[in-house]
Amino acid sequence: MKKTILTVGGGLAGIEASKTLADMGYSVSIIEKENDLGGKVNQWHQLFPDFRESSDVQDYIKQSTGSKDIMVFPGTEIASIEKKDNGFYVKSNKAVAFDIDAILLATGFEIFAAERKEEFGYGIYDNVITSVDLEQKFRKGGQFYNAGGKVPKRIAFIHCVGSRDAKTGNHYCSKVCCITGIKQAIELAKLIPGVEIFCFYMDLRMYGLEYEELYKTAQEKYGIQFIRGRLSEASENIDNSILIKCEDTLSGRPLKMNVDLVVLLVGMEAGEGTQNAGTICNVEFGSQRFISCRDAHLRRNLTTRDGIFTAGTCTGPMSIPETLENARSAALEIHKYLSEK
Amino acid sequence: MIDFGYKIAETRTIDYEQFDGRLLEFVLENERSFVKCLSCGGCTATCSAGNLIDFNIRKINLFLRRGSLEELSKEIDKCMLCGKCVLVCPRDINIRNVVMLIKKGIVKFNNEQISS
Repeated sequence: MKKTILTVGGGLAGIEASKTLADMGYSVSIIEKENDLGGKVNQWHQLFPDFRESSDVQDYIKQSTGSKDIMVFPGTEIASIEKKDNGFYVKSNKAVAFDIDAILLATGFEIFAAERKEEFGYGIYDNVITSVDLEQKFRKGGQFYNAGGKVPKRIAFIHCVGSRDAKTGNHYCSKVCCITGIKQAIELAKLIPGVEIFCFYMDLRMYGLEYEELYKTAQEKYGIQFIRGRLSEASENIDNSILIKCEDTLSGRPLKMNVDLVVLLVGMEAGEGTQNAGTICNVEFGSQRFISCRDAHLRRNLTTRDGIFTAGTCTGPMSIPETLENARSAALEIHKYLSEK
Repeated sequence: MIDFGYKIAETRTIDYEQFDGRLLEFVLENERSFVKCLSCGGCTATCSAGNLIDFNIRKINLFLRRGSLEELSKEIDKCMLCGKCVLVCPRDINIRNVVMLIKKGIVKFNNEQISS
């Protein structure tokens, strides 16, 4: 009899891990609370640092679920879990239950709700949008307009929205927003000839290979400008443009600027899905509400409970390649666990 | 001696050996959160005083760590204690308390100097 695994979450991590497990001869069930698989990447247009179409990754993921050893249950959530023999008995919110040997939590992240930073004006002023809204505008294609039907002449990107901010309770760096901002700034510069783009940052964290190069390209080739200062507030002018205020910390003076569009680079949060599934599975959470690893260096895919594993961003912010790698490593950990049992 | 009008320029270098850390120590002992400042400038951007006059609340941190009591006592009196900086600080620093402590500290250390 094939050993079975229940994957909670049908985003990139859950599917990649399930595919790897199916290839190794296991039988996997994926439950996904949404009706569509693929998770957050479905909302994206192009990926950093090479402007690859996100649909490439979506197609890859779609193919992965074709395996006969993977069963997908959309619109399904975990309801309860109990120990049974060597494995678990898991009930869902639908009329389906699972008798399984191991559980993989791949519940992912939620995007920071920018309304919570009220002083930045998201949800109040039409020309304040998030990086996710901008991706959707890119996906739609065509001529680029702001909310007033105007082609923007000046655009501001605001870094660290909902990240590195004690006021939102998120002390950590979401790590992908810096490079996302630079990618999006370049896309806008390509789309709108002559547009002026400013990035307002506290620190620019170009941690990945090619990221620093892209930052340099943004300066050199696209004339994107960088101002070191955190936005303190945004307000709307009578013509729907936005007045932003910060300190230009490098010249040591307060600065104000009118822009036609503000893009908030929203961070990643451990969402309700992770919170619920983790709580039902009785695993430990870290101080930042992501699921804790048993060992942050050596056993990153193990939770504090035997037989329950994690893959992807339910343990902290990750880029797409990191998520996929983390998922494959989770599959190996599960394989190790089940072979030794 | 003929005065040619030339003189040796004073150095602009921060001489860390001359650093008097008493006030910094006093502030941190009583408001530990101040060490967390990441110099984002949110406080200065929203500062009621700093938008009108030459006053930079962010630089108070630098004055404390690099500067002299004299410079600092001139600067700190410009603060109106409105507390807007506390509202925007992403590191949750109680900046208003820092200002109050600096004022107290300056008086304390100046008195010590006089009595000694």
